[in-house]
Amino acid sequence: MAAALQTAALLSASHNLIDPQRFRVGLLARSLPGRRGSIFVVRADGRTSGFFNAKSRSGNLITNAVATKADASTSSTASKPGHELLLFEALREGLEEEMDRDPHVCVMGEDVGHYGGSYKVTKGLAPKYGDLRVLDTPIAENSFTGMGIGAAMTGLRPVVEGMNMGFLLLAFNQISNNCGMLHYTSGGQFKIPIVIRGPGGVGRQLGAEHSQRLESYFQSIPGLQLVACSTPYNAKGLMKAAIRSENPVVLFEHVLLYNLKERIPDEEYVLCLEEAEMVRPGGHVTILTYSRMRYHVMQAVKTLVNKGYDPEVIDIRSLKPFDLYTIGNSVKKTHRVLIVEECMRTGGIGSSLRAAIIDNFWDYLDAPILCLSSQDVPTPYAGTLEEWTVVQPAQIVAAVEQLCE
Amino acid sequence: MSTFAAVRTPWPALVGARSAGEKPCAPFVSCPAAHGLHRTHVRSTRLGRPLLAVSSDVLSGKKPLGSNSSPSDHAVVRREEALVLYEDMVLGRVFEDMCAQMYYRGKMFGFVHLYNGQEAVSTGFIKLLETRDSVVSTYRDHVHALSKGVPAGAVMAELFGKATGCCRGQGGSMHMFSAPHNLLGGFAFIGEGIPVATGAAFSSKYRHEVLKESNPNGLDVTVAFFGDGTCNNGQFFECLNMAQLWKLPIVFVVENNLWAIGMSHLRATSDPEIWKKGPAFGMPGVHVDGMDVLKVREVAMEAIGRARSGEGPTLVECETYRFRGHSLADPDELRKPDEKAHYAARDPIMTLKKYILENSLASEIELKAIEKKIDELIEDAVEFADSSPHPPRSQLLENVFADPKGFGIGPDGKYRCEDPKFTEGTAQV
Repeated sequence: MAAALQTAALLSASHNLIDPQRFRVGLLARSLPGRRGSIFVVRADGRTSGFFNAKSRSGNLITNAVATKADASTSSTASKPGHELLLFEALREGLEEEMDRDPHVCVMGEDVGHYGGSYKVTKGLAPKYGDLRVLDTPIAENSFTGMGIGAAMTGLRPVVEGMNMGFLLLAFNQISNNCGMLHYTSGGQFKIPIVIRGPGGVGRQLGAEHSQRLESYFQSIPGLQLVACSTPYNAKGLMKAAIRSENPVVLFEHVLLYNLKERIPDEEYVLCLEEAEMVRPGGHVTILTYSRMRYHVMQAVKTLVNKGYDPEVIDIRSLKPFDLYTIGNSVKKTHRVLIVEECMRTGGIGSSLRAAIIDNFWDYLDAPILCLSSQDVPTPYAGTLEEWTVVQPAQIVAAVEQLCE
Repeated sequence: MSTFAAVRTPWPALVGARSAGEKPCAPFVSCPAAHGLHRTHVRSTRLGRPLLAVSSDVLSGKKPLGSNSSPSDHAVVRREEALVLYEDMVLGRVFEDMCAQMYYRGKMFGFVHLYNGQEAVSTGFIKLLETRDSVVSTYRDHVHALSKGVPAGAVMAELFGKATGCCRGQGGSMHMFSAPHNLLGGFAFIGEGIPVATGAAFSSKYRHEVLKESNPNGLDVTVAFFGDGTCNNGQFFECLNMAQLWKLPIVFVVENNLWAIGMSHLRATSDPEIWKKGPAFGMPGVHVDGMDVLKVREVAMEAIGRARSGEGPTLVECETYRFRGHSLADPDELRKPDEKAHYAARDPIMTLKKYILENSLASEIELKAIEKKIDELIEDAVEFADSSPHPPRSQLLENVFADPKGFGIGPDGKYRCEDPKFTEGTAQV
């Protein structure tokens, strides 16, 4: 079954109309003399932070994260620094670097060891680190997630993989009660530096149970941080940040994004977990999105730009907590908000985000916040029906036009 | 060869053989004869006799030690050890009685589950552990905390919800944690702690094999306590499998007190002999009289020794009984008086006291002195808890995250945790 999933993902990537190469998003950290191998955290606006005691020499960083068109990108990529890889390889690279750096980091999950992971994120790690550090578990999500939590309480830094995010519903007891709450109920005595990761989201005709979006179920759990990656660059950065974080972090990957290719820096970098990513600065409307919907949004943006609109696109990345600073600055500038998400309409990330924006930035809004989400239906198998459950670029274009009237 | 099979034959119930002539079998080989014996025994119980335990030498009335030898020759503990055990059990009993008093006086609220009657299990196991070993418990965790070394004042203050409690008042009765004592909780949902205990054992093995941190005395051991009701829960079986698969240094201790609130163990379980579920997963399953601290201690020594040397997990079923209801809110109407009387006569503290006096390990006066000392200790604990402050409002949002950046970047660009108003509970999100 896992092989079929991988094939499905490959097919979908090749049929993907969006070429991620054209959207050089995020930040390219230039290699500076004397800084080879140093670790630094880069914020969306170019400020560096002293989280890891880095010297701040922010002057030479490229700070404008614009979705460059292919023909205009030659200047910034003339020397072609970095290396090209696929998203799942970026995740693996991040994981491997952290495992090299700290021997307490270990991986546990189904088929992560000898099989190399059903999406190849842990391929090659078991022969390198051994069967205990990359642990093949029996099919007992609740128990091995709990085991990861117990290990985290006693000094290890486990990365627990759910073969599909939906399987983690079986681990909800442990994730909610122990992962989220234990630091608090123990009065701060035990920390749970665990990372729970796995692919979720609607794929290509995977059926209802394999197409779930768990971010909406997990967002209420106090004590948990949620992040969603969307590009190889932020996948690696967020993976590393999640592993280094002392908080329990759930890292949401998407089944259809594993084969995205991007050029990422050779130097080590770690991204900020709580920060949103400015994908395309603009002026007319703020479009907030995450994970796969980012690509549907960018596809819609092409059409919108041709029609004369100037949307600002922000990949919120941090699903809990929301980066209200970046979002707020954007709302203050554009006064119109469109949220595009893959969660269901009811109780999804979009509804929480809407509430947070209304609470904080009501005075800056010129129009009601529009939220495009998936339909409140179990994802059907049939391809045509499945297409209609998630938000498509045409709907995004229509929504922006409606907002900007 | 398993050392369990080599225990001296005066203890017939160790591996489940019932009749006098039956040779005890090795624990992980199924014994058809014993199995058949068990089935008959269960059937006759279901035919109308009062519901009593089916699987213990408690009922067979056999004396644990040879009756024709002089008492002091067969004392299985030294004087100092016996006094430590006695003091620990008295501490547990007096503390729990004081809890009941305080609850009815309105000093503590919510669900409080008392351990009266089961002290032999906690003392028998935990007094053999070192500080580096971990204990994981359930909601009936006050006495496990005390045995592991958490000060009575800290536990009492936690029950009162005061800021000086071991969890700063944030956990309560069902969530006793102590990092310095390696008490990993305190869990409200049954079965929830077993995977955590498995994780702690995994950590111990990982430190030894991957990080190459070795202790000359062996691996850090984890002891997981849980009840008979938990043994029908999936997490129990999943963890038995994983622990045996990876030979984790853990001991699974079942405190079988025959009742899960109002559900009799026999009404809930298809095969009530829990120790047999160990061999099903490839680990030794041992049954022991949980009302006798010396028997528990002997089994515990073997099981902890196995775990420490890397031989893997053991499942120990302790047949015990709780003298009070499930919690202080439980009217306890379902349990029959004669069952309660039967076990009250086997009070572990009385049993040990009798043993100590019969074997001349200490005098009545010394034991009374210990009891008085404990009474004073508990009174001090109550006074400490009473006079401790309640948690201030500023504590509400502390410890939600180990790294407070998890609260996010506020509308003004600062991390919310840096905004003092936020932690005072008055900030706008």
